[in-house]
Amino acid sequence: MSIAFLSTNLPFLLVAVFGTMFPVLSYVVYGLIGLLALLYIGSIFSQKKPTVSGAGKNVKVLKKGFDIPVKGTPQGEVLAAQTTKFAIQPKNFPYIFPIPKVTVAVGDHVDVGDILFYDRDHPKVKFATPVSGKVVDIHRGAKRSIAEIIIEADGRQTHRDVKSINLDAISREDLVDFLAENGVWPMINQRPYDVIPELDAVPRDIFVTTFDTAPLAPDAAKVVAGKEVAFQKGLDVLRKLTSGKVHLGLDGRVAKVSSAFSDATGVEKHWFAGFHPAGNVGVQIHHTAPIKNGEDVVWTLGVQEVCSIGSLVDGQKYDASRVVAIGGNKVDKPRYVQTYMGANIGELLAGDGHGRIISGDMLTGEKKERGEFLNYFDDQITVIDEGDYYEMFGWAIPTKKTPTVSRTYLKGMFPSTKPMDIDANYHGEKRAFVLTGEYERMLPMDIYPQHLMKAIIAADYEKMEGLGIHELSEEDIALCEFACTSKQPLQKILRQGLTELYSE
Amino acid sequence: MGLLDFFKKIEPDKQKSGFLHTLYDGFFTFMFVPNSRPKNAVHVHDHTDLKRTMIFVVYALIPLYIFGMYNVGHQHYLAAGEMTGLTEGLGAKFLYGAMKVLPIYVISMVVGLGIEFYFAYKKGHGIEEGYLVTGALIPLIMPASIPYWILILAVVFAVVLGKEAFGGTGMNVVNIALLARVFVFFAYPGSISGDTVWVDGVDGYAGATPLGLAPDGWQAVLQHYTPEQMWWGTIPGSIGETSKPLIILGALFLLLSRIASWRIMLGGVIGMVLMGLIFNAWGATPYMNIPWYYHFYMGSFLFAIAFMATDPVTAASTNKGKWIYGLLIGAFGLIIRVFNPAYPEGWMLAILLINVFAPLMDYFVLQSNMKKRLKSA
Repeated sequence: MSIAFLSTNLPFLLVAVFGTMFPVLSYVVYGLIGLLALLYIGSIFSQKKPTVSGAGKNVKVLKKGFDIPVKGTPQGEVLAAQTTKFAIQPKNFPYIFPIPKVTVAVGDHVDVGDILFYDRDHPKVKFATPVSGKVVDIHRGAKRSIAEIIIEADGRQTHRDVKSINLDAISREDLVDFLAENGVWPMINQRPYDVIPELDAVPRDIFVTTFDTAPLAPDAAKVVAGKEVAFQKGLDVLRKLTSGKVHLGLDGRVAKVSSAFSDATGVEKHWFAGFHPAGNVGVQIHHTAPIKNGEDVVWTLGVQEVCSIGSLVDGQKYDASRVVAIGGNKVDKPRYVQTYMGANIGELLAGDGHGRIISGDMLTGEKKERGEFLNYFDDQITVIDEGDYYEMFGWAIPTKKTPTVSRTYLKGMFPSTKPMDIDANYHGEKRAFVLTGEYERMLPMDIYPQHLMKAIIAADYEKMEGLGIHELSEEDIALCEFACTSKQPLQKILRQGLTELYSE
Repeated sequence: MGLLDFFKKIEPDKQKSGFLHTLYDGFFTFMFVPNSRPKNAVHVHDHTDLKRTMIFVVYALIPLYIFGMYNVGHQHYLAAGEMTGLTEGLGAKFLYGAMKVLPIYVISMVVGLGIEFYFAYKKGHGIEEGYLVTGALIPLIMPASIPYWILILAVVFAVVLGKEAFGGTGMNVVNIALLARVFVFFAYPGSISGDTVWVDGVDGYAGATPLGLAPDGWQAVLQHYTPEQMWWGTIPGSIGETSKPLIILGALFLLLSRIASWRIMLGGVIGMVLMGLIFNAWGATPYMNIPWYYHFYMGSFLFAIAFMATDPVTAASTNKGKWIYGLLIGAFGLIIRVFNPAYPEGWMLAILLINVFAPLMDYFVLQSNMKKRLKSA
């Protein structure tokens, strides 16, 4: 085919396409085609790019993911909370022995840091009380398991004695025993599987993420304020526990992060920018030093947990104080409160919050009642609309004021960051996996989530491992579950796969 | 809400009349998105669902239906030598076409959805929406003169053996709509190939399609049809595949709503163009000498690549796989079209063939992902 050939045929072609066969119809059709093409191009250009602000820093920009724009971002100073009841819940730890050995009885007085119970399979791993006061109740769950141990605080916060250690001189074994004896060991999370690490295990690396990108998550600068020394001390402790490095994931989206993070010493710093789940430790591990298999153990910690470990070593006291963010579109006054681990949710909300109450964020948290307690690792309460309604012709409505990633809505084509209302309605029914490529857009990792899910359902262990199940935790694929057109319970499927591999 | 209360009141008992309840459930969820909520994480779900996704494909097909009805009537009157002008007797043409096309649509839907309802009831599932699209696609790729009993057989064959036997929506290996067509093509070739079936209602009228003429070269096609006619689709052919601008319109709509994969569409176009260029350079037969770009005008390449190849269930499911899948469909379809005039519509067979190999493409993509992980271990 030569140029000459094309030049003789091109006018012919153009007449065919732009001819006057259907004068009106052709204007309408080409007009519509032009409109759709413009919209398509426009939607490509209107895709939000992650904000990056880290002059001179080596920021890893993750383009995939989505920040769900929800109303009710917590704001303002950290307020004191009138909380009297606290609970530590053994059920927060998926694979510990279901009936732990409880070392206190109802009516006992406990000081801060006193041991409440230990895991029967690992008697050295002890769980401490965050407040001083009286043990008022021990709730049992299914099959006589211990659901929660409730302590009524006396408000005096008398601490039990913690011996002083010299971090430079102490051996690793003694340090581990010290941490376990004083009840901070369960604050360390082991990946893969999200379990409490074995006492004799040495992790390849330890990862700490210093920012949370989940919807309405607390601002780490507020959390660490006043605890800068403890945070650094905690990092020093962690450095003694690993054979590799301590990696710190920092927020590359904002111009300035807390000096506790940016000036931290003895750690490897990595800057990340992007949408949720860029702040997830799993994503950061993937882009730093990926987990290769089930035996490739790393540990992860949050900021508040590092502070707790730091103040145990530095100040010789067990400190499980927590800054908790209360947010969501059904909270009148989104705010930060100062309290302790496992606080009573009803007391924290203090009459606020009318809807579905979630301990944790709306993607990974657990639905709770007012009388229940914050989970062990949670530093956030979210209250959203329950969404108990029927929507007429919901499948046909062209646009809605709702956070969405679906291009079948104008909001999905031209995303806005304006906060919107959200509810817990499924907005559809569960279906088989039909659409493809949806999950990949929500997960900034080199992983094929849909194929992994199918491998888990088919119990194909080799494929599960090969496709990277060990790199994932529920929080990492929570956003995929949000976006899923078929409403598949991805987190549940993933946990099922992890449990199968763990129990092998 | 009065209507909602009414619907809740007439809900049949699930135990006593299971089939009726399945029917009711299908209809109720069509009217109302139910109030179901997750017990636990995630607590929030996107507003989209499979119903919406499927309906959007149907939206994209509506212009093709409207034009298809007109064209069936137009070809009929043209063959009869009456009202030969394009806009002459629009109403009559449209009415004639509607009377031909609507029964085909109704039969396709009633038979297909009936089977779907029955299996949903047997399995105790909700009714899945996949057939809304399949049932809308089948009439578009049939000639208007298709005998109803053949159509019914084709739909039953495709839905039962192609879909339900594999486990229903989301599990099928090959495209259901194309399976229905290929069934007719091989079981009753007289009703879907040759020169006489494409114009409805005029006995013995030889209204050859451009593809039927093309083996004798491009000039032979031009003697019957202008490129403009082929582009706009006022030529004999299957009901919905003749009008190229309207297909492009629908394809853009699917791309915009991100229901169809642009990788597959672009891959298909590139594959066909490459193969067309190779044939042009080779030029051994008159068919090979047809300029590559005229292959867009003839036959149903655009329709196939926009609506058939992009079916997410039967296509490759990894992004890399989608490129390969699209390229191969484009290339193979043209090979079949040019080398084997006995199967004038190459893309029907090409897509079914590549459907079968789609899991293999994914397999290699996943293997390379797995190898990377295992190697670093």
